Amino acid sequence: MLQHLPILLVVIPLLAAPICSLLPPGRAPWLLATGVSWLALWIAVVLFMQVQQAGVIVYAIGGWPAPWGIEYRLDAVNALVQLLVTSIMAVVLPFAALSVERELDHDRLGLFYAVVLLLFAGLMGICATGDAFNVFVFLEIASLSSYALIAMGRDRRALTAAFRYLIMGTLGATFYLIGIGLLYALTGTLNMQDLAVRLPEVAATRTAHTAVAFVVVGLSLKLALFPLHLWLPNAYTYAPSAVTAVLAATATKVMVYVLLRFVFGIVGVQFSFGVLHLNQIFLVLAVLGVISASLVAINQTNVKRMLAYSSVAQLAYMILGVAMASVTGLTATLLHLFNHALMKGALFLAMGAIAYRIGNSDVASMRGLGRRMPWTMAAFVVAGLSLIGMPLTVGFVSKWYLILGALQLGWWPVVGIILGGSLLALVYIWRIVEIAYFQPNEDGVREEAPLALLLPMWALVIANLYFGIDTRLTIGAAESAARVLMGLGP
Amino acid sequence: MTAASTWLLLTLAIPLLGALGVLAAHRHANTREAITLVSAAALFTAVVQVLLGFVAGRELTLELWPLFPGLPLLLKVEPLGLLFALLASGLWLVTSVYSIGYLRAKHEEHQTRFYLLFAIALFATVGLAFAGNLLTLFVFYELLTLSTYPLVTHVGNPQAMAGGRRYLGILLLSSIGLFLPAILWTLQVSGTLDFVPGGILSGHLDPQYAALLLALFVLGVGKAAVMPMHRWLPAAMVAPTPVSALLHAVAVVKAGVFTLTKVVIYIFGTGYLATIPAERLLVYLAGFTVIAASLVALRQDNLKRLLAYSTISQLSYIVLATLSLSPMAQIGAALHMLAHGFGKITLFFAAGAIYVAANKTQVSQLDGIGRRMPWTMAAFAIGALTMIGVPPTGGFISKWLIVAGAYSQDDYFVMAVIAASTALNALYFLPILKRAFFNPESIPPSRDHGEAPWPMRLALLITAGASLLLFVFHAPVIELEKSIVLVLP
Repeated sequence: MLQHLPILLVVIPLLAAPICSLLPPGRAPWLLATGVSWLALWIAVVLFMQVQQAGVIVYAIGGWPAPWGIEYRLDAVNALVQLLVTSIMAVVLPFAALSVERELDHDRLGLFYAVVLLLFAGLMGICATGDAFNVFVFLEIASLSSYALIAMGRDRRALTAAFRYLIMGTLGATFYLIGIGLLYALTGTLNMQDLAVRLPEVAATRTAHTAVAFVVVGLSLKLALFPLHLWLPNAYTYAPSAVTAVLAATATKVMVYVLLRFVFGIVGVQFSFGVLHLNQIFLVLAVLGVISASLVAINQTNVKRMLAYSSVAQLAYMILGVAMASVTGLTATLLHLFNHALMKGALFLAMGAIAYRIGNSDVASMRGLGRRMPWTMAAFVVAGLSLIGMPLTVGFVSKWYLILGALQLGWWPVVGIILGGSLLALVYIWRIVEIAYFQPNEDGVREEAPLALLLPMWALVIANLYFGIDTRLTIGAAESAARVLMGLGP
Repeated sequence: MTAASTWLLLTLAIPLLGALGVLAAHRHANTREAITLVSAAALFTAVVQVLLGFVAGRELTLELWPLFPGLPLLLKVEPLGLLFALLASGLWLVTSVYSIGYLRAKHEEHQTRFYLLFAIALFATVGLAFAGNLLTLFVFYELLTLSTYPLVTHVGNPQAMAGGRRYLGILLLSSIGLFLPAILWTLQVSGTLDFVPGGILSGHLDPQYAALLLALFVLGVGKAAVMPMHRWLPAAMVAPTPVSALLHAVAVVKAGVFTLTKVVIYIFGTGYLATIPAERLLVYLAGFTVIAASLVALRQDNLKRLLAYSTISQLSYIVLATLSLSPMAQIGAALHMLAHGFGKITLFFAAGAIYVAANKTQVSQLDGIGRRMPWTMAAFAIGALTMIGVPPTGGFISKWLIVAGAYSQDDYFVMAVIAASTALNALYFLPILKRAFFNPESIPPSRDHGEAPWPMRLALLITAGASLLLFVFHAPVIELEKSIVLVLP
C-alpha cells in the first residue's frame, strides 16, 4: 500500500470529485472534501519524509517502466510543493464551510466541492508526474476547474473574470502543448528524464529554441509573470473568498514549480541560461513586475484586488530568484514559494472572514474593523508584516535569501529593487491598517467572525510566525531542492 | 546552565511574563499596575545579577536558537549592553510609577494595552542590549519599532495617526532600506555577524567601500536620529508623556546610538576605521546634526517638541564622540548615554507633570510656574543643567570626557561643535528657567493648581537625583566601560 502513495495522492481527490457532486447538498460534500484534504496531507507528509531519506521516489504507472510508461517521480522539489498544496487545502477547506455557504447558492455546494477536488487532483498530478505531456493533461484539469470556481463568484463580474482567465489560460496551455509537441518531434520522448538526456544533442536546432520559447511563454502566462498577469487581478477579486485563498496560495505556486522543473530539470542551466539567456529576460521582467505591480497595488479601492496585485509582485520575486541561477537564488525562490503561500493564504482568509461579515472587500468598508473584528484584523496585520518582511515572520526569511543571492552576484540595483518592493508593501498594507484602526465606523458594534473562520486563518498566521522562527524545515528543504535543481545532488 | 546565564535568560523572560500578567489582569487596574511594578523591579534585579556575574569575570553567552544555518539568535553580555540594559530597566521601574500617576490623572483609555506594549518594548530593548550578533540586534530593533508604534498612536485621533505614520515610515524606511542591506553586506564580505572586539571587517572589505557601508549603518539606524533621518522623533511626541519619557528619551533613541556604537567598536573596529579618511564625513554629519537640531530647538514653543529636538542634538553627541575614534571620547559617549538618559527623562517627566497639573504644553505659558510647582521645576532645572553640561550633573562629566578625548587627538571640529552646542543649549533652556522662577504669572490661570500627583513627583525627583549622583559616582561606570576601548588589538 505504502508504495502506491504517490498515485493515491492524485487518485483519491479525482475519485472523490464525482462522488461529491452526487452527494445531497448540505454539509456532506464539504465533509468529504475536507476528509480527502486531510488524508492527502497525511500522504504528502509521509512522502515528504520518504523523499528526505531516499532522495527520489519513482512510481511507474501500471507497472510500465519509463520511458514507455508514465512515471511519477518525487524528489526534494516536488515533495515540498505537494506538502505545501496539501497543507493549504487542509486549512482552507475547513474555512470554506461557512464562507462558501454564505457566498454560493445552496444547491451548488456539491458541485463546488467536486470542482475543488478536481482542482486539487490536477495540482497534485502536475507536481507528481515525470512526464511532460502528463503535465499538460493535469494542467487542463486544474485550469478548467479554476475557471469554473472563479465563475461561481457572487459578483456578476466573476463571469467576465473567469472568461478572461479562460482565454489567457488556454493560450498559455496551448503554448505549452505546442512547445512539448515540438520537443517530442525532435527527441521522440515525453519523459522528463529522457528529454533532459536527449535535448542537448538537438539543442542547436531552431526547433529546440522555438520549443523552449513556447513552453516558457506558456508557463509564464499561467504563473502570471509580468506582463502576462492581466488575468489575475480580476480572477482573484471576484472569485469566492475561499477560492481566492486556494488559487493565490497554490495554483500559481505549482506553475512556478513547473517552470523550475522545465528550465532546470529538462532544458538545463547550460542551454536555458548560457545559450538562450532566459535569465536576462527573467531578470528584466521580474524587476519590472516587482515595482509596477507594487505601485499599482497602492491605489486599489478593493482590498482583494490590492492583494492580487501584490501577488503579481511576489511572483516576480520568485522569478528574480530564478534569474540569479544560483543555489542561493533558487533557495530564495523555493522559500518564497512556500512562505508567500502562507502569507497570502492568511491574508485572503482574513478577507474572506471580512466578506462574511461585511459583504464586500472595498477599502472604504474597512473603516472601524480594528474594533469590529479585532482578531481578524490582527491576523491581517501579522500576515501583512510578514508580507513586508519583518523579522520573525516567514517574509523576512525569504527576503534574507533573495538579498543574499543578489549580493553574491554583486547585483546592487536588484538589492534596491527587492527592498523597494518591501517598502511599497509597507505602504499598501499600512494604508489598510490605518483605515481599519483609526477611522471609526458609525455603528461600532463588535462583530467578530465565527470561530470556524478564525481558526483556519490563525493556523496560517501562526505558521507565518512559526516558520519565521524555526526555519530548519523550510530552509533545509528549500536548499536541498535548489541543489537538486542545479544538478548538485541533495 | 550557570546561574548567571539563567539570570540572562530571565531578563528576556520577565518582561514577557509581565506582559502576559498585564493581559491576564486587565479587569483589575490595581493588580495590573502591581504586576507592571513587580516585573520592572524583577527585571532590574535580573540585570544587576547579570552585571555581578559579568564583573566576576564570567563570559556570558547564550545561544537561543538558530534562525538561519550558522546564524543563531545569540545573547552575549558586554559592558556597553550592560550599561544600556541597566539604564532601561531601572528607568522602567521609575517610569511605571510615573505612568500610574499620569494615566489615572488623565483618565486615559486602553490602559491595559499601554502597559502591555510597554512591557513588550522593554523586552525588545533588553534583547537588543544583550544581542550577541547583528542579526539578533536587528530582530529586536524591528520589534522595538513595531511595539512602540501603537504607543505613539495611543490617543487614536487623526493627529496621532499622522505622527505614527511618520514614526513608522521613517524608522522602517531606514531600517529596511539601509540597515538591512548593510547587515547583509557585512555578512557577505566577512562571513559572520558576531560582535567581536576589534571588528570583523578589517581585511575583508575594500577600505574604499568601508565609508559607504558605515554611511548605510549611520543613516540606516534611524533610531539614532542623525539628520536627515531625525523627523520621526518630533512626530513621536503625539504619544502620552510616559512614552515620550522612557521610550523616546531613553529606550528607543538610546537603542539607536547603542547600535551605532556597537557597529563602530565591534563590527568595524576603531583601528580599522582610523585607516579610512572618508569616515570624517560622517563625523561632520553628526556635528551638523548637533548644531542644526539645537538651532531648531531654539525656535520651538511646544515644550515636548523642544525636548525632542534637544534629544536629536544630544544623540548626535554620542554618535560624534563614537565616530571621533578617540578611546576617551568613546567612554564619554557611553557615559553620556546614561547622563542624557537621566536628564532627559527628568525633563519629560516635568513636562508631563506640568501638563497634568496645569494643562499647559507651551513654553510661553510657563511664566511663574516655578512657584506653583517648585519640586517639578527644580527637577526640570537639574535636567536642563545636565543638558547644558554644567556641574554638579552627570552631563558635565561625559562632556568633559568627550572634549578631553577630542583634544588628545587635536580634533578641533569636535571640540568646536561641543562648545557651540553648549552655548545653544544654554540659550534655549535658561530662558525657560527664568520664565518659571522669575517672571510673574501674566495671565491668571484658568484653575488653581499645585503639584502633579505624588507618583509623578516621586519619579521625577528620583531621576533628577540620579543626574546629580552620576556627577559624584561616575568612576564605576568609567571602570566598566574602559574595557570596550582597551581590548583593541
